[in-house]
Amino acid sequence: MSDTPQVEPVPQETRTLTKDQVVATPPPVKRPKEARPASLWGDAWHDLRRRPMFIVSLVLIAILLVMSFWPSLFSSIDPFSARTCELATARQGPSPGHLFGRDNQGCDVYARTIYGARNSIVIGVTTTLITAIVGGLLGLMAGTRGGVVDTVTSRITEIFFAIPSILGALLITATFRDQDLGIWIVVIALSILAWPMTFRIMRAAVITARSQDFVIAARALGASQSRIMFRHLLPNALAPVIVIATINLGGFIAAEAALSFLGVGVQSPDISWGLMIADARNRFLEAPLPLVFPAVFLSITVLAFIMMGDAVRDALDPKLR
Amino acid sequence: MATTGERILEVRDLVKHFPLTQGIVMKRQIGAIKAVDGVSFDLDRGETLGIVGESGCGKSTLAKVLMALERPTSGSVMINGRDIAKAKGGELKRMRRNIQMVMQDPYTSLNPRMTVGDIVGEPYDIHTEVAPKGDRLRKVQELLEVVGLNPDHINRYPHQFSGGQRQRIGIARGLALQPEIIVCDEPVSALDVSIQAQVINLLERLQNEFNLAYIFIAHDLSVVRHISDRVAVMYLGKVVELGKDIEIYDKPAHPYTQALLSAVPVPDPEGREQRERIILQGDPPSPANPPSGCRFRTRCWKAQEICATEEPLLQIRTGTQHESACHFAETHDVVHVG
Repeated sequence: MSDTPQVEPVPQETRTLTKDQVVATPPPVKRPKEARPASLWGDAWHDLRRRPMFIVSLVLIAILLVMSFWPSLFSSIDPFSARTCELATARQGPSPGHLFGRDNQGCDVYARTIYGARNSIVIGVTTTLITAIVGGLLGLMAGTRGGVVDTVTSRITEIFFAIPSILGALLITATFRDQDLGIWIVVIALSILAWPMTFRIMRAAVITARSQDFVIAARALGASQSRIMFRHLLPNALAPVIVIATINLGGFIAAEAALSFLGVGVQSPDISWGLMIADARNRFLEAPLPLVFPAVFLSITVLAFIMMGDAVRDALDPKLR
Repeated sequence: MATTGERILEVRDLVKHFPLTQGIVMKRQIGAIKAVDGVSFDLDRGETLGIVGESGCGKSTLAKVLMALERPTSGSVMINGRDIAKAKGGELKRMRRNIQMVMQDPYTSLNPRMTVGDIVGEPYDIHTEVAPKGDRLRKVQELLEVVGLNPDHINRYPHQFSGGQRQRIGIARGLALQPEIIVCDEPVSALDVSIQAQVINLLERLQNEFNLAYIFIAHDLSVVRHISDRVAVMYLGKVVELGKDIEIYDKPAHPYTQALLSAVPVPDPEGREQRERIILQGDPPSPANPPSGCRFRTRCWKAQEICATEEPLLQIRTGTQHESACHFAETHDVVHVG
């Protein structure tokens, strides 16, 4: 908010400045920080760096990303090596060297959780990005253009909406099974099924923004279609998309788990949090820890992204700064 | 507000019908909302034409057509001899530099996610030929100063300003391209009365400074009287009376104008006793299906048979000095005060 109370300036009727004189006035010497022209994104970044919630989420996400790409930094045990699992010690509680205990196969839960981060995070983040970009751009286009473009794209999304998600994902993953796409098949299947939601949210937000006077004012100035889309509509329609995207991220990681459980998606001996949770839940009452640890990591990941999404959304709204 | 007599805007037989369609796939037109139905007027450089009328009479549609935000069904809008209603692409964009707009609601007419500097500077981003890049910041600050805002506030956002200040930002944006014509669509009706006066005075000062011509649309008759050189009264998409402000206010000839004027609040208790109240019966008819002949006849106390059969044209009638569209036009001072 502004630091000074807003007072309506007295109309300067008596002033007889012509335009030339205005030009001639020397600029005030002291312009503390206002001399730098600000922009929405610049101000948002400036603001974000001061938000503890953003810093915390950024650190968490950084740790998780490092964990997914260089898991050996965090764990000396390689869970892919056969020697590290001993069936005899299955479901053993925490012990020195095996802080999180062992799972049903006698493998170290800590190492598997660390090594499982990569698949889970890659699936969650890429699917979120793809759905947000594809659904967001199509929604922006449909909402801005309206008419035939809107009708056609909306009908297409309704077709995708009609597909039951798990069944659809099963179908897609089963169809492309032979292509050996690894985890990317899960990303593709989830993206295909999830983008219509982002599309609809973006489209609705754009339609709300489109009817506002500032868009008409921009058109009256002769602004191009793309300027109206990206300077006026997108910044005003982005907030709900960011919220839904970050919430969906957790959903995608969970959906990957469901697919793994059904036998498509990530398969043993590959590791993912979803797979670990699915494996551990049969014996949850006997040995809760093999389920609890990946679930906690999953929750922290989702929380970090939701916190970041929240912070970004707030920073992009000048009224909330 | 001296006019030089140089004509910069000529509106001829402007018609805007919005089609009413039925059916979803096989759309067929079952009628049309006749929002603007044959409006003609001229505007000179430095002149202010007030346009008054009740809600739904087509004032705002007229503004949109003038701004080329809507294509007219027929008719022409000649700005300096060129028809903006038929201009396209680059030519339309160039013509827009000459006609700009101040909008009604200062709360929705400014993008809440743009800084004031970006809002006022946007015209220069769109019309890059107007100001070289290094010059823009200075120009924006000048504009803010011209409209009475602190030029250091370029990095603030619209919500940090009051309604009156926001309207000044909107005015600065309208001035940026140095247009000759500014269409003000109810520029003060969303503001407090005290702020209204400031904004009106600002508009008048800017008019003198830059020799602007205004189309001033409002439903507040006293505001229009204050700022206008000439006034056009609209009813159901047509201009029913057009004349100098003194003529319209002191010698209204059309019964509708007389009824409108009789509803203006009079601050003087003495005058309040004197003036007569003309209370119109019923609501304005639907613009989709306006009455035959004179559109006002359904609510007019003077209506006779000719009003239903023959449409009165906007012309100077016997006993009056300005144009009115009534078969029985006669001047009649409703307000009886100075």
